[in-house]
Amino acid sequence: MTAFTNIPKQVEEVLEKWNVTTSRRSFLKSSGLLVVSFTAAPLIPTASAQVPATAQAAGGPYPDPDFHQLDSWIVIHEDNTATFYVGKTDLGQGTGTSFRQMMSDELDIPFDKTTCIMGTTNLTVDQGGSGGSDAIQVDGWPMRRVAAEARRVLLDMASKRFGVPVDDLVVNDGVITVKADPTKKVTYGELIGSKKFNVTLTAANNNIDNTTGVAKVKPVQQLKMVGKSPQRYDIPPKVDGSLTWAVDVKLPGMVHARNVKPPVAGAKLVSIDESSVRNIPGLVKVVSKGNYVAVVCEREEHAIQAARQLKVNWEKPSTAAFPTSDDLFKFMRNATPTSKRQPNVVGNPDAALANAAKVVEAEYEMPFQGHTAISPAHALADPSNGQMTIYSNDMKSYGLRNGVAQFLEMPRDRVRVVWMDGPQAYGRTAADDAGFEAAFLAKEIGRPVRVQWMRKEETAWDTKGPAFTFKVRGALDAQGNLVALDFNARAADYNHLGYNEADTVLIAQLMGRRRSMPAPGNADIPSDMYAIPNRRMIAEVVSLPMIWETPLRTGNLRDPNGPQVTFAAESFIDEMAAAAEADPVQFRLKLLSAGTTDDSGFRRARSLAVVKTAAETFGWDTRPSPKRPGNGNILTGRGVAYTYRGQTVLTVIAEVEVNRKTGHVWVKRLVCAHDCGLVINPEALRRSIEGGMLHSLSRALYEEVKFDSEKVTSEDWITHPTLTHLDAPAKIDLLLVNGDPNPNRPDLPHYGAGEASLKPTIAAVANAIYDATGVRLRRVPFRDARVLEALKAAGV
Amino acid sequence: MSNVTLKVNGKAHTLDIDPSTPLLYILRNDLELRGPRFGCGLGQCGACTVIINGVATRSCITPVSTVKSEVITLEGIAKNGKLHPVQQAWIDEQVPQCGFCQNGQIMTAKALLDKNSNPTDTQIREAMAKTLCRCMTYYRVQLAIKRAAKAIASLGSNRSKEVVA
Repeated sequence: MTAFTNIPKQVEEVLEKWNVTTSRRSFLKSSGLLVVSFTAAPLIPTASAQVPATAQAAGGPYPDPDFHQLDSWIVIHEDNTATFYVGKTDLGQGTGTSFRQMMSDELDIPFDKTTCIMGTTNLTVDQGGSGGSDAIQVDGWPMRRVAAEARRVLLDMASKRFGVPVDDLVVNDGVITVKADPTKKVTYGELIGSKKFNVTLTAANNNIDNTTGVAKVKPVQQLKMVGKSPQRYDIPPKVDGSLTWAVDVKLPGMVHARNVKPPVAGAKLVSIDESSVRNIPGLVKVVSKGNYVAVVCEREEHAIQAARQLKVNWEKPSTAAFPTSDDLFKFMRNATPTSKRQPNVVGNPDAALANAAKVVEAEYEMPFQGHTAISPAHALADPSNGQMTIYSNDMKSYGLRNGVAQFLEMPRDRVRVVWMDGPQAYGRTAADDAGFEAAFLAKEIGRPVRVQWMRKEETAWDTKGPAFTFKVRGALDAQGNLVALDFNARAADYNHLGYNEADTVLIAQLMGRRRSMPAPGNADIPSDMYAIPNRRMIAEVVSLPMIWETPLRTGNLRDPNGPQVTFAAESFIDEMAAAAEADPVQFRLKLLSAGTTDDSGFRRARSLAVVKTAAETFGWDTRPSPKRPGNGNILTGRGVAYTYRGQTVLTVIAEVEVNRKTGHVWVKRLVCAHDCGLVINPEALRRSIEGGMLHSLSRALYEEVKFDSEKVTSEDWITHPTLTHLDAPAKIDLLLVNGDPNPNRPDLPHYGAGEASLKPTIAAVANAIYDATGVRLRRVPFRDARVLEALKAAGV
Repeated sequence: MSNVTLKVNGKAHTLDIDPSTPLLYILRNDLELRGPRFGCGLGQCGACTVIINGVATRSCITPVSTVKSEVITLEGIAKNGKLHPVQQAWIDEQVPQCGFCQNGQIMTAKALLDKNSNPTDTQIREAMAKTLCRCMTYYRVQLAIKRAAKAIASLGSNRSKEVVA
């Protein structure tokens, strides 16, 4: 008898598939990682593996892999292949492939002899999972350094074996050769295969991001795979149906659960009539605690039926949970902020506005927008043998592990999360919630429980990107220079949810757990390198009446505030350009050329480069906006927007067709010039940028969470429309720019690219609509009816 | 519960199930197929698409009792170990981001190309319009469909050359 649950066969198959020649099972038998990382108990007990009682008493089965040990990151097999263990998750942008490129380059082993295991809490070091577009920018560095260190150690071993100094050795594709005598050679596998490195790494401040050995990373010029575009390894199994996703995992004895959500926000559970589901075959249990209700059945379709059929008596709250979506912005403007950032002030904006030749004022509005993943949230939890394993696509698997352990009051080392592919997890999604629910129910039932939300539940109850209102003023001097900017951003973001926190996940809220100090939330200010001598930038947060158990709970959505803030900021710059009767590109170039004090990472030069490259590629004709509308039904125009995220700078230009009769907007062409430093995989990067732009285009044209005063009414793909195939641009041009003043420098850094392209796209579209029609849209989304109304009001 | 016989990807299965059960759950939970996926259960997104009688069909809203012909799933379109040209085009074009919806994209595209091997841009857009992708890979999907159409055409011309020879 083995004491702990095996990884399901299907999962193991996936791992084996990724592994070139050595199965996970035999790897664990032979590798050092087993000893280093699983001192208490093996992950996958082999036939002969017994877990010693003492080990169980000493600790749980899932201790953290120690990131100070080289063996936790890299295993080299006897057949001269390598497996990389990294604490990130790949949401579909191909970061796993990029990690392999970076690490195989530093290790000097062929890319196709490597595999990458990601984000499983007891297998891979805790790099936090995904978030903040930091996979390549931040986490890529320790990966490169540990791979370089492994190469150094292997060279040392070869030096001892051959009795020659390291300098007299050459390494190529995992084979070390004595320069003077090429018959003397040894492979990495021969040197270390089946053995441990036993090398301790250092990490300043005990921060995993600082993990390093003695070796230095290679100069850019010596990297062979970095900059090439090997195909993503995860794509073939995604198109032939062979990949096991988190949603596919099945375990013996597994049951299916569905939630029964309160019909309106803040409703209190009064009673449940369990007789209403007595006729459901295979009903296992109706579970309820506080306002959390779920049904558990042997078969999935019966769980769905039971959740629909269960009669629950709810009591509505006496006061409205929130204003309706139609009244939202008025409510936000009149609310007293719950928090306010220290205003960011340069110069004397009030004086500059008072003395201006021209002052422009504008207000912008951005509604709540949802993640609305293509698959509703899901997770499977296995409670066997006093441990808890959760199979999940949550991008922050480590946080999920910590949160569930706390929620269930289990020792952390008895809980693990096996990360698997899933629907897009662009931030804080309900995947977090489903993981907790599955674990809670599994503990209640004592059997593996698979939870999946239904579509209406997902669209209505998943976390939302915060709504924003903006109030902006700008001043031009007599020469048409932008001399003052007064920018006020206000976000409905109070009690913003963190990731996987045991007192903020939805199940905890419904059970009545409350933290004494809700998270203050965040608004943001523009990210630009414009030289504007007088500025005041204020970011405030306001709260809706209901902050707990609400479907308008906010969580990070693919660059939490960037698309909203950049929509307002870059729309307004366009308004100032129009007021100055200046060309929108020239107006921006002038603001960028004037210089600013902060120029870390040469961001100013790189900003100029992306604006110029985008304009040249587009074939931008220099003239002010708007252009004179033609007489036909289709009005065309172009708009530009620029911004940065971290050190990634970019410019998007949109070309639109606006149908004067229907109000329909088609973005016919998109151009993006994007500088994220050293590019690891250009083709994967292009698709990531493209996906980000189109996601943002969907947010620009369609997406808005609608609600009455007690519930969200956007709950499926009809009531919550998004971009479709009909909206795809006819042409997309992506320019990967290297605007560094010394583009060939050997230490060119790699920056993040997961979210930057979402930021400028909405403004580029708004600016293009203005160029085409002369009508400025200041409220997102630009659905047909709203555009038509605006055109009519303006007499276009 | 009653015995239902289903032919899926060339194999017949007899199952003791409620015949009103949507086909999707039978494919996923009883026949262990992973291609068709639950996206909405409302027939709105297409993630669950299978092909029945040449028609791209939403298995999440298709009661198993109404299925009278063979069901083809994503797992069933490769032939003799060779990927279908649509699947190959998806790899060559590196279409998926997360990939969760791509079953629907691929199966809907295959059903389109089976009927119309050389669709125009507008025909592609219209045929694919109701197959949703939250990663917004629409542009790449459309490029891949054109690539697949070319590959299918060249297969066809090779075949006719062989016949002539």
